[in-house]
Order: sequence, then C-alpha cells, then structure tokens
Amino acid sequence: MKEVEQLHARYAHALDEDRLEDWPNFFTENGVYRIATAENEARGLPLPVVYCEGRKMLRDRVQSLRHANIYEPQRYRHIVSSVLIEAAGKDHVRSTSSFLVVRIMENGETMLFASGRYVDRIVLAPEPQYEERIVICDSRRFDTLLAIPL
Amino acid sequence: MLERSRPARSWPPEGATRVPYWVYQDEDVYDEEQKRIFLGPTWSYLCLEAEIAEPQSFVTTFLGGMPVVVARDAAGKIHAFENRCAHRGALICMQARGKAERFSCIYHNWTYDHAGNLLNVAFRKGIAGKGGMAPDAKPESQAPKQLRVHAFQGLVFGTLSKSAPAFEDYVGPEVLPRLKRVLIKPLKVLGSYTQVLPNNWKLYMDNVKDTYHASLLHVFFTRFRINRLTQEGGVFVSKDGAHHCTYTKMVEDKGDAYEQGGMRSASSSSFSLENPELLHQVDELGDAVSIQILSLFPGFVLHQIRNSLAARQVVPKGIDRTELNWTLFGFADDDEAMTRRRLLQANLVGPAGYISMEDGAATGFVQRGVAASPDRASVIEMGGDKVGSGDSRITETAVRGLWKAWRSHMGL
Repeated sequence: MKEVEQLHARYAHALDEDRLEDWPNFFTENGVYRIATAENEARGLPLPVVYCEGRKMLRDRVQSLRHANIYEPQRYRHIVSSVLIEAAGKDHVRSTSSFLVVRIMENGETMLFASGRYVDRIVLAPEPQYEERIVICDSRRFDTLLAIPL
Repeated sequence: MLERSRPARSWPPEGATRVPYWVYQDEDVYDEEQKRIFLGPTWSYLCLEAEIAEPQSFVTTFLGGMPVVVARDAAGKIHAFENRCAHRGALICMQARGKAERFSCIYHNWTYDHAGNLLNVAFRKGIAGKGGMAPDAKPESQAPKQLRVHAFQGLVFGTLSKSAPAFEDYVGPEVLPRLKRVLIKPLKVLGSYTQVLPNNWKLYMDNVKDTYHASLLHVFFTRFRINRLTQEGGVFVSKDGAHHCTYTKMVEDKGDAYEQGGMRSASSSSFSLENPELLHQVDELGDAVSIQILSLFPGFVLHQIRNSLAARQVVPKGIDRTELNWTLFGFADDDEAMTRRRLLQANLVGPAGYISMEDGAATGFVQRGVAASPDRASVIEMGGDKVGSGDSRITETAVRGLWKAWRSHMGL
C-alpha cells in the first residue's frame, strides 16, 4: 500500500533531516512509541529503552533533546525496507518493516548504529498516522547513547 | 632503531586531590588491575537471583575480563565458575541464559556440573582398549576456577579470593544499610540492555561517585527541579573509600541558586513537561528519598531514581571501552500501576535516559581530551582533600574515595 510506505518514508526523512518537531505529528493524539530489544521481547520482558504514550510525551522528548540533554552533534540515515502490510480493519493496517540506522558524527565517523524492525499499527483516515510504533532493535547493545529517536 | 621507553609512572605529589591521566591509558595498568582488583580480594556483582530463580537455571556473565557461569543446582544452591573448559580452554557455556542438567563443552564434549566440577572426559579410557588418556592423567588440574558466591537480598556477588572479607564486612556499615534500604522484597526482572561506553571503566565509576556533576551535566534534573544541590541530601562513603551512596529527598526546590549563578542547567519559566506523568513517584520505601545512587567497588551500581530500580554492572573491555549492563527490576508483588510507573520511568535511565544519557558522552570526552597528556592530572578538590561522609553534595569526597581504594589495591 503506497500510503503506508509513504508514511514510513516521510517519518525517516523527518528524523534524518533533524525535523524533530515534526516527529510527534506522525502519531495519533494518543499514539504509542516504544523502543524495545529483540532479547527482552523474546523473554517476555516489558522493559523499554524509550516509551512515549501520546503526542504530549513525544513532544516532551523533543523538548528535552533540544533544551536539556547534552550529546555530541550527530545525524542518522534510516534505510527502511521489506515493508509488509496486513489489513487489520476498514481503516487500520498493520505493517512490519526492516530498518537500518547509520549514525554519522560531526567528524565523519560513520557506524551502523541500529538494526531491527518496526511493528506498526496505522490508522489511515483522515491521514495515515501511527497509532502504535514499536521499534524492536536486533541488538541489546547501544553505542554511547541513543538521543535521536529511531 | 627507536627504543621504546616509557617514563615510570608515579602519583602526583598532591596526593588525594589529583588523579593522573595515565590511569585511564596504560595497558599494563589495565592488566594489573584485572589481577589485583577484579580477580583479587574484591566482590563483584554477577547477576540477580531472580535471573536464576529455577533449579538448574544459569546465566553467563563476567568477573572483570573473566567469563563466568552462574548456575543454581538441582538443590537450589548458587554456584559460579570460570567459563573455560579444562581441556582446551573453550567456553563451556555459550548461551546468555537457560536451563541445563549439566554443561557440556561443545568442542570435545567434556561435561561439568552446576558448580563447575569436571564430571566426564569423553572417551577418557579410549574405545576397546585403544586411545584415551593414561590412568594417571590429571585433566582436573586445569579445571575452571570456582568463585566464592554470596547472594545478598536478591543480588549475586562473587569473588575468586579466599582472603576477601565476608561480603557484609566488605561493604561496611556506612553503605550496607543503604543497600538493604532498596532491596526490601523479592525482585522481578523487567529487562536488560547494554550501553557501550567509549572510555576506561574507572571514568564511569568516578562519574557515578561524582555528586557534584549530577545537576550540572544532567540538565533535565535541574530544569525540572528533580535534583538540585540545594535540595536536602547527602553522601555516605565507606571507611576505605571503596563504596559510596548519595541520596536526595523528594522536597521540591523553590530556590534560584542555579538561575543566580547563571548555570547552563538553570530553568526558564517557559520550559515544562506537557505530560509529567513519568515523574510521579510513589514513596514505596517510606523515607521520602527521590534518588539514591549507590556504588560498590570495583564495578557495581544500584540506582533508585523515583520508582526506577536497576543494577548496573560495569565490565571493562580494554583501556578505552566499557560495557555497562543495565538490569531494571521491580518487586515480585508489584501491581499493574506500579509496573506501568516503572516502565514510564525507564525513560529516565539507560542509553536513552533523560537523566543518564550524558554520562556516556561526558566520560568519553575525558578519554579523548586527555589523549596527549598522560602526565597531567584531574583536579579533585571540591570539599577539600578528605574522604568521608557528609551532608553536602558539592563535594568530590566519593571520587577521592574511589582512588584511595584503587591505589591501595594497586600498591600505587
């Protein structure tokens, strides 16, 4: 479904272009965003790395990244692929896709920062938005810190 | 030909108020501290008891650089042993966790019990009178080392040393009550992850013990008035300097010391959380403490940040690389609301934590900043030159304690 792939792509470009303020708007008002690890998921353990319920918490994270947290200048490049779409109802779909996130530091140092899958519940009308986006990282390890959302 | 030489390292004459940068850089210092500290007369955190709750369950972990298996035997007793086969030295156990009746090295199928005792050597007597080992062979002479293990209120510690004091005496009367304060009930694991830090392990430990940095580096704390040095709190340091605990009370700070001082972390009136639910604390330990950070030498940290509870294991991986294993937990009898609170407050900690993400960056900046200055030293003079407990956190007393303990182990 074209519009789902477009949503994933617009999300990725917004983060990679440092338009963090746009990020909460990819979610519904009560949308859930959770970063987890495959290991914790497999063990049935609920621990999130990041967990936001609703746009207010998403905006709080952006505010904190902009005004409170200290981290070395860095950018991401998201590569999203293998998008599976499964209709879940008249105006809902479920989507699973793979991602790679490359992290580029200011001095040019580039590393594969994260890989994993997005497990999404998307509402289609009035415009496609995430009702839930679970980011399941393949690895339990995070290099230095995770500031910019995945 | 260039002759490789390095000047002999010596501690700066100022003593306790200086830490020379070569301690974070020298390979031979790193090797020596593995021997004298991690494999020496210290207790290291291995895992939570809740991770090996069932008989015959196990986890793999580390004692400094040594790979270790922690296992519970069929009778329920906890053991820990070096994860190294007596035969050729391969890992005996390659999974992170699981259950096993016995451990078999995959290389040649030598088997071990839950205490790490060698049970069986495959084809030891050969087949049909041919091959095998001589009757007087002693493969057990290279058996994996077995640790002394002590389970304390749900935490499992281990040491290779016969001469290390009993765990409670090792921690001492200043810090032990603060450890007990948090571990009041059976624990439940919420999950774990690893933060890879681009720095020497000691930079992370002195960051943890540095009560002066918290509200200055971690701006989130200060902006939202979660932890300011103007709030009631204090620091406890063990007599030998090795262990510490700092705490802050829940009282809201209404002062403006940070604003008057022009701190980067001062708050502006326009900055507040739209949804502050993740800051809501239930005073479950009943003493109105909002934050307690506790460290045990050499590499263990226990935190209570509001209702977020976690064990952090500091694993050295070379002079400039450290793995920080976070295991977040709650209590076995937590209700749904408490679990939800702990999961929301997980946002405060870990690699993406509002109030902890900077630690990885700051300690890495030191590792990089001192690259060309092994002969220079940190200035650690906040609160004078003593090591001890007190009611001010504008002090580096616990950092001086770390170095006092480290130097005593290292004979430096």
